[in-house]
Amino acid sequence: MDAQHITNKERLAIPRQPMPAQDPEVRNKNFREVNLGYTPELARQEALRCIQCKDPICIQGCPVNIKIDEFIKLVAEGDFLGAARKVKEDNVLPAVCGRVCPQEDQCEKACVIGKKHAPVAIGNLERFVADWEREHGEPDLPAIKAATGKKVAVIGSGPAGLSCANDLIRQGHRVVVFEALHELGGVLMYGVPEFRLPKEIVKTEIEGLKKMGVEFQTDVVVGRSVTIDELIEEEGFDAVFIGVGAGLPWFMGIPGENLVGVLAANEFLTRVNLMKAYDFPAGSDTPVFDCRGKNVAVFGGGNTAMDAVRTAKRLGAEHAYIVYRRSEAEMPARVEEIHHAKEEGIEFLLLMNPLEFLGNDRHWLTGVKCIKMELGEPDESGRRRPVPVEGSEFILPLDMAVISIGNGSNPLIKQTTPDIEVSKRDTIIVDINTMATSKENVYAGGDIVTGGATVILAMGAGRTAAKAIHDKLMGTAVNHNEW
Amino acid sequence: MYRIVSSIFLAENIKKLEIEAPRIAKKRKAGQFIMLRVTSHGERVPLTIAGSDPEKGTITLIVQGMGKSTRELNMLEAGKSIADIVGPLGTPSHIENFGTAVSIGGGVGTAIAYPTAVALKEAGNHVITINGARSKDLVILENEMKEVSDEAYITTDDGSYGFHGFVTQKLQELIDSGRKIDYVLAIGPIPMMKAIAEVTRPYGIKTVVSLNPIMVDGTGMCGGCRVTVKDEIKFACVDGPEFDAHEVDFTNLADRNRIYLSEEKESAEGTSHRCHLHMDK
Repeated sequence: MDAQHITNKERLAIPRQPMPAQDPEVRNKNFREVNLGYTPELARQEALRCIQCKDPICIQGCPVNIKIDEFIKLVAEGDFLGAARKVKEDNVLPAVCGRVCPQEDQCEKACVIGKKHAPVAIGNLERFVADWEREHGEPDLPAIKAATGKKVAVIGSGPAGLSCANDLIRQGHRVVVFEALHELGGVLMYGVPEFRLPKEIVKTEIEGLKKMGVEFQTDVVVGRSVTIDELIEEEGFDAVFIGVGAGLPWFMGIPGENLVGVLAANEFLTRVNLMKAYDFPAGSDTPVFDCRGKNVAVFGGGNTAMDAVRTAKRLGAEHAYIVYRRSEAEMPARVEEIHHAKEEGIEFLLLMNPLEFLGNDRHWLTGVKCIKMELGEPDESGRRRPVPVEGSEFILPLDMAVISIGNGSNPLIKQTTPDIEVSKRDTIIVDINTMATSKENVYAGGDIVTGGATVILAMGAGRTAAKAIHDKLMGTAVNHNEW
Repeated sequence: MYRIVSSIFLAENIKKLEIEAPRIAKKRKAGQFIMLRVTSHGERVPLTIAGSDPEKGTITLIVQGMGKSTRELNMLEAGKSIADIVGPLGTPSHIENFGTAVSIGGGVGTAIAYPTAVALKEAGNHVITINGARSKDLVILENEMKEVSDEAYITTDDGSYGFHGFVTQKLQELIDSGRKIDYVLAIGPIPMMKAIAEVTRPYGIKTVVSLNPIMVDGTGMCGGCRVTVKDEIKFACVDGPEFDAHEVDFTNLADRNRIYLSEEKESAEGTSHRCHLHMDK
């Protein structure tokens, strides 16, 4: 169909184009990407479904306000490179966001078509154009304004820091990003698995920032290697953005949690993703628990839990369970990830709460004692509170347990920069319009402010902070609604 | 990349490396460590900082070749580089003028006890060092320890040098002789640290140990290094690595350190196999 001459009725008659994927029984044995991406034909077909509404509220649904209508129009016309550049005006990591954003709660939730039909697959299209540009495009760097002579330190190279660095470098500021690990990308490198987000794609998108002039220093732990005060007073930074995320794993505090074979999802995923332990010993020196033929349970119901359990299955687990104390309806994980997990043979043990980990005489994990739950009245979060069913205890035999019940804030910044005000939960307190902290010229955004949230919300916070930092450094008028 | 400035053997299989790492050299304090990755596919390994020269921008590491990564590191000569070093990590040792302080190092633990012994001396303590080794040829840092100590003792398990016996026996001897001891720092293998804790416990002598759990990131984000201290979970990389010896669950630490024994063996065999091939060429 011709993008120029198509009626809305014809557009609405096109079904949402499904995403091609690896067969579940094949992919649950490898670490290659599950979703294979649209072909140009599928992408154009899907793009034709967008009715180009006058008031594209999908844009408000996107935390970084990508010009969704414009880029989709370009896809429909077959100008994929043009579409990719349109997306990049607002989003520095489109190949990442197209893959990991919960579009169903953001842009696609706002899509007008979604009221009566399936919403336009904005995420799939974003991913398609970013992949197309990476595979076919010549390096095309956005315009960088004249140097301002100002210098900004960005702490943390996760989504918030990268997005902030991108907007600041375009404004002509010097930007140095400090990263504690040896690889850049934060949770995109150590958390999200290769089968959902290939690491080469993250590296390529970050490479774009390097070409634009952003400097990166890995192996620097701010708070230990250097403090925020030293960055400002000794190294001459005019402003600092803190995007260090929420990386401190929570444990459940039940007996037996320190048995051998009980680990946090962060450790399990870091070993496998960042350190590539799935390739031990041939391609990596980092070992991981040998899951082959074993019973593995992941405790939790978020995206991290899904990532961990699907990883365990790929490492050869005989049984890979999700143990969650509420029902599937309350699971915070994306519907797509739950669906993928089920297809891959993950077993869901819902409405079950662990009471105690059990071990043998060598203190290795042998099982977990659980109790069944039923849903009671809604709690503060609005979700129905799970209540134990008396006398329903049972033992689930296990070789490895992975705890995935959430993360808190690393205390290092708080300990070493006490004049930055933090909440009771140790998150940094900011003015939500500017992301300014209580400390002069220091800003913060992403999970260190909100607690564990999404990649795209962190990126939105990075943009807001970049705008405010620019205004502050240049002494320009402060109107936060016009960015 | 981090360049090796000098690399010399102190004893069989124990090497002293001086490496360029200016930020760390400037900031590090006694009791802190670094995480290191030898190659781009290497694992992250924690090593205590034995010393530094802020003006030269170098740090000193003392490394015993135990498994694949430490053996690979020990094969590197001056001029070579290693992929990553991050630090300084961990909470610095709590140093004050305790009075009489005993610093005990077992094996390569002596290298870890050394910087803290220096700091204790600078804080005005009467410093006694006990440096334990299996035999005479494994004794390291003898002169360095003597320099910072008011009294320096060496023990060997086989009696080939110094006091014949374990470091615990030497410490017990000092206590029995009526010496007033206000502080004990013990660093070495887990059974040694556990034994020292039991020697001092009845006398109520404040005793600190530097724990050596398995670590991955070393910055507090994975919990791999968690230890049980006074029935609470602590992350050794952030809350430690030094803890009150009388509150540490050493059994749990020893258990948890055994999780990857077979993988470590597999990996290390790979190294020796490769070295062998190399020699055949």
